[in-house]
Amino acid sequence: MNNQTGVRSYPARRRLLIGCFMAFTALMLWRVVELHVIRNEFLRNHGDSRSIREVEIHAHRGAIVDRNLEPLAISTPVVTVGAVPRKILTEEASIPRLAAALEMDTLELKQLLSDRIARDLIYLKRHITPDQGDYIQELNIQGVHLQREYKRYYPAGEVTAHLIGFTNVDDAGQEGLELAYNDWLQGTSGLKRVLKDSLGRTVQDIESIQASEPGKQLVLSIDRRVQYLAYRELAAAVSRHKAKGGTLVMLDAKSGEVMAMVGQPSYNPNNRNDLKGELYRNRAVTDIFEPGSTIKPFTIAAALESGLYQVDSRIDTSPGFLRVNKYTIRENEDHNYGVIDLAEVISKSSNIGASKIALSLGPERIWDMFSRFGIGTITGSGYPGESSGLFNNYRVWSEADLATIAFGHGVAVTTLQLAQAYAILAAGGSQRPISFIKLNEPVAGTQILSKHIAEQIKFMMEGVTQEGGTGTKAKVEGYRVAGKTGTARKSTAGGYSLNHFRSLFAGFAPISDPRLVLVVMIDEPEGGQYYGGLVAAPVFAEVMKGALRILNIPPDDPGSMSGQVIMAQNRADFPGTQR
Amino acid sequence: MEQRSLLQRLHIDLPLLIGLLVLCGIGTVILYSAGGHDISVIYSQIIRLCMAFLMMLLIAQLPPAQLERWSLSIYLIGILLLLLVLFAGTIGKGAQRWLEIGGFSFQPSEIMKLAVPMVIAWYFSERPLPPSIVRIIIACFLITLPVLLIRQQPDLGTAFLVAVAGFSVLFIAGIRWRLIGGIVSFAALSTPVIWYFMHDYQKRRILTFLNPEQDPLGSGYHIIQSKIAIGSGGIYGKGWLNGTQSRLDFLPERSTDFIFSVFSEEFGFMGFLLLICVYLFIIARCLYIALHAQHTYGRLLGSGLALTFFVYIFVNVGMVTGQLPVVGVPLPLVSRGGTSMVTLMIGFGILMAIHTHRRLLSG
Repeated sequence: MNNQTGVRSYPARRRLLIGCFMAFTALMLWRVVELHVIRNEFLRNHGDSRSIREVEIHAHRGAIVDRNLEPLAISTPVVTVGAVPRKILTEEASIPRLAAALEMDTLELKQLLSDRIARDLIYLKRHITPDQGDYIQELNIQGVHLQREYKRYYPAGEVTAHLIGFTNVDDAGQEGLELAYNDWLQGTSGLKRVLKDSLGRTVQDIESIQASEPGKQLVLSIDRRVQYLAYRELAAAVSRHKAKGGTLVMLDAKSGEVMAMVGQPSYNPNNRNDLKGELYRNRAVTDIFEPGSTIKPFTIAAALESGLYQVDSRIDTSPGFLRVNKYTIRENEDHNYGVIDLAEVISKSSNIGASKIALSLGPERIWDMFSRFGIGTITGSGYPGESSGLFNNYRVWSEADLATIAFGHGVAVTTLQLAQAYAILAAGGSQRPISFIKLNEPVAGTQILSKHIAEQIKFMMEGVTQEGGTGTKAKVEGYRVAGKTGTARKSTAGGYSLNHFRSLFAGFAPISDPRLVLVVMIDEPEGGQYYGGLVAAPVFAEVMKGALRILNIPPDDPGSMSGQVIMAQNRADFPGTQR
Repeated sequence: MEQRSLLQRLHIDLPLLIGLLVLCGIGTVILYSAGGHDISVIYSQIIRLCMAFLMMLLIAQLPPAQLERWSLSIYLIGILLLLLVLFAGTIGKGAQRWLEIGGFSFQPSEIMKLAVPMVIAWYFSERPLPPSIVRIIIACFLITLPVLLIRQQPDLGTAFLVAVAGFSVLFIAGIRWRLIGGIVSFAALSTPVIWYFMHDYQKRRILTFLNPEQDPLGSGYHIIQSKIAIGSGGIYGKGWLNGTQSRLDFLPERSTDFIFSVFSEEFGFMGFLLLICVYLFIIARCLYIALHAQHTYGRLLGSGLALTFFVYIFVNVGMVTGQLPVVGVPLPLVSRGGTSMVTLMIGFGILMAIHTHRRLLSG
């Protein structure tokens, strides 16, 4: 009704209104310009830093294979399930499904997540199969993400457990050859740039910054077939004699390569839950023991080299005991061998003979000879935790020390050291480095003993496995075998034990052209038998027999073979029949 | 005036309609990206849009004189419903805003966004302007009552918008400069008092607004993420569906309050210019309609609605660019959401009514 008077125009007010619009629009515009144009780069970087991440590409760890490229350790793809606890807990309905997929208890999972709610990322389960991973992926649960990794798998399990060792959950070598050759096997993990959403899930791969370089394959000198055989025989013997344990090392005399190395008791490297650390130790290289009579060939070597003794030199060992200061040295079972030659000192394993020789040579010659055979120094194989044994300098030896060291007491070695020393004898006095890696060309040895003397000792050692020797059970049909038994009382606090022994047998074959060196040590056999010739020698024979066959080493004593063995030998000539 | 076109007979203002259609088109396109590429979100939005446009057209058929007569009644019904909400409303997201009527829930506070400017315009159009001081005080009371009721729910954003709508009309009605100065100083002085009465979450929002980096992982997170999204769009943007901040779940409320950030990240500064041009075109058309209205009521209400629409945009952009506190004001006609869209379209319907019934009266 009052339209005419009511509709007054307010020019100032209209201008002010429009001015306000413009001012506020300008303000808005300026702010957006500021964000879009001026701070663009800063904010873009900020945005990228929230969504772009650099992540590690796990490198595939190289496989460990035996000398015939049979796998001993391989990495298989697995999936690790990670979780952002607070994200999952916001969607409680997903917890039972997740728990079922992870084979966990729902309440337990819930508890686990609530306990760690402050953490940005926790591992729910590591190393599930890729199939399980795909299933969880399909559940599409907020806050769960999967990461591809590799898990180490050991096809030979317990058989190579000590030798190869194992890796930890992060794929780094922890023990054994896995540790020793970690750098070689590991490769270098790469880096890639990815786009992640606010839940940390990878949405898109943007670019590869650095390609991952897969680890290299490690070809061992081990022959898996021999390793299996050795493991089986040693395990059988340890169980038969109710022994505490045992070790076995086989070397290739011509190259210094390790053909087999086993230890008892072993463990399953594929499932190491609830295992004690002591089981992980590769006793063949870390544990030392007194070698007993197996050391005698080196005493004889010193004797022959000194020129004071010849092969036919004779030693009076009567009356079966020898007093050195206040100690009395006896033969096994208090025998009295009378006057014997050097070969008989070895074949009958005369303690008094060895002691008398050592006493006549003096400590320096014995120490020098033993040292040249590697007693007291590590073999240089590079195996982690290798022991150098115990071998004091001769200057601190008493006369009694000298007399007992001559038959292997008062000195301690590892199984590997002993095997290396025998390998030197087998190779005619030539020392080669021990290698766990397959060698493509033979390594030149260092002559530490004249070939002539080495040969003489070799033939003396053949007597051990022949009629009248202490190690007739080490005989292998069709082959001439050199060896030496050893039975060492275990040293305990307060002296040597009367009823705890180590049974040893060390030797090589075939004598005409020695190829395989084998040392067997059985720790604390019980049940009556403890002599090396009875406990360790049969293991030696079985393993040596099988290995010679597997490796197609021609017999050098065909006359001793029965027809059946010849048949078997011929069959072994066809490739593949022994596989 | 027998040659009235079809549009005029339907009471449609073509420039305004075109502006609104373009805006809703842009809104739908960006909603597809913000809504996680979910086509069903688009379908429901289109259905809501259709309903809103229908409401606009229906309202446009009413002569402004009719609206003027109903103003007080609508206002009183609105007040009644707000009281009802306080005592019998349903609670959602920590606030009591919704009223359930026959399984259909709606927010009475939305009615007030229109009812308050309508009642103020009605109140001032009865007597010659400029209004006396007593009438201004009464008008202030008319505005403040629903604002306080809405604030009680609590819904600071809507309360703010209702107040803006009411005071816009009051401002246009021609209160004296001295009074405006007085009100501004009063507002400044009463800030600490308001602060004291504010809810914790409101205080937190304002503190966060003042310094978002203080609490980058908590409340400030949204603003920081939003600024990053906008800034990383640059001049030309990352392209439709290519925004990383928004796509990767970093942005909160992407399809509602923070849709502007998604838009800016994907279309950049150029996209923003286009959007603001469309908005300014609509506002300019609204102001044109208001200033050419023949009735004081139409003029006051029209300008008030135009001003409110602008404040919507300004507050939303200010909010997501970190200039204003996050008060939950959607970007008009672009953000997903039904009620506010219907309210806005009814507002545009009123403007169309004001414009298209003009000649009818003069003729």
